Amino acid sequence: MRVIVNQIEYELPSQSMISDALSLINAKPPFAVAVNLNFVPKTKYDQYPLNENDQIEVIAPVTGG
Amino acid sequence: MNAPLPNQLNSADTLVLYGESFASRLLLGTSRYPSPQVLENAVRAANPAMITVSLRRQGTSTTEAHSGFWDLLKKMSVPVLPNTAGCHSPQEVITTAHMAREVFESDWIKLELIGDDYTLQPDTLRLVDTAETLIKDGFKVLPYCTEDLILCQRLVDVGCQAVMPWAAPIGTGQGPLNPYAMKLLRDRIKVPLIVDAGLGLPSHACTVMEWGFDGVLLNTAVALSNNPVAMAKSFAMAVDAGRTAYLSGAMKPQESAQASTPLVGTPFWHQA
Repeated sequence: MRVIVNQIEYELPSQSMISDALSLINAKPPFAVAVNLNFVPKTKYDQYPLNENDQIEVIAPVTGG
Repeated sequence: MNAPLPNQLNSADTLVLYGESFASRLLLGTSRYPSPQVLENAVRAANPAMITVSLRRQGTSTTEAHSGFWDLLKKMSVPVLPNTAGCHSPQEVITTAHMAREVFESDWIKLELIGDDYTLQPDTLRLVDTAETLIKDGFKVLPYCTEDLILCQRLVDVGCQAVMPWAAPIGTGQGPLNPYAMKLLRDRIKVPLIVDAGLGLPSHACTVMEWGFDGVLLNTAVALSNNPVAMAKSFAMAVDAGRTAYLSGAMKPQESAQASTPLVGTPFWHQA
């Protein structure tokens, strides 16, 4: 199935979890995740099933004003 | 009765936000410095109550450029205030706030809900409901807002224990553009008021502190100066000076001149 991680398209097997998408981009802590604009706590990465065309955001700390 | 000395004023005078006390009344942004080392030195020079931070997509040029930022934050060990910069909808704000809470392990959030990209003016019509949602979710919300009295009052009504009106649009350095409204705000709003955005000079910070504002939040004025470390220190001193002046009680302006040197005993009085 097609998913979008940080605006880049990827192919994943059906019934993949968030943790599978994180492996695709080699996500390194610290980061946080949202799927389709909904926050997903890190305790659920292994249990949260992805669906076709899901938009996954993986964000990390940067400077800010 | 003797007036308290400035150091006596300062010793008992802390900024209290959501029940937490801070020795400094300066909050400092971490963006746009020439280098991480300059940022670190500026933070140490200013000794701020909190430093603001943000979140961006991992793997982009932005986050790659900030790969050492997390370690620097841990090294500096200053309380962080995550922001929701760049968010244009309540849902974006709320999701970003929850992500920030997990990453930074902090309930503090600088609520930014942008309504106009040109001025970076906050979306005042949706700000209050968004703040209320975040407060119900357990956040300590510091909303970036305009100097509008009713907006600020509504933010207080929904549970904001401090509000952060702008002095001028973000990054302009113009200083307070609407002194009347800001002074009125100080008179009417009883929770801590932190001036956020638009200050360019230490004198701007000193001025708003003299008006009775409780703190200032700065970034660009320090980061884009020729010497950010010295400017950070200068702003910190200006904030302290303004606060002490406010607590000391300024004289009332007079219409006519009044000699400060005693006239009695003036030599040659009316002899010429």
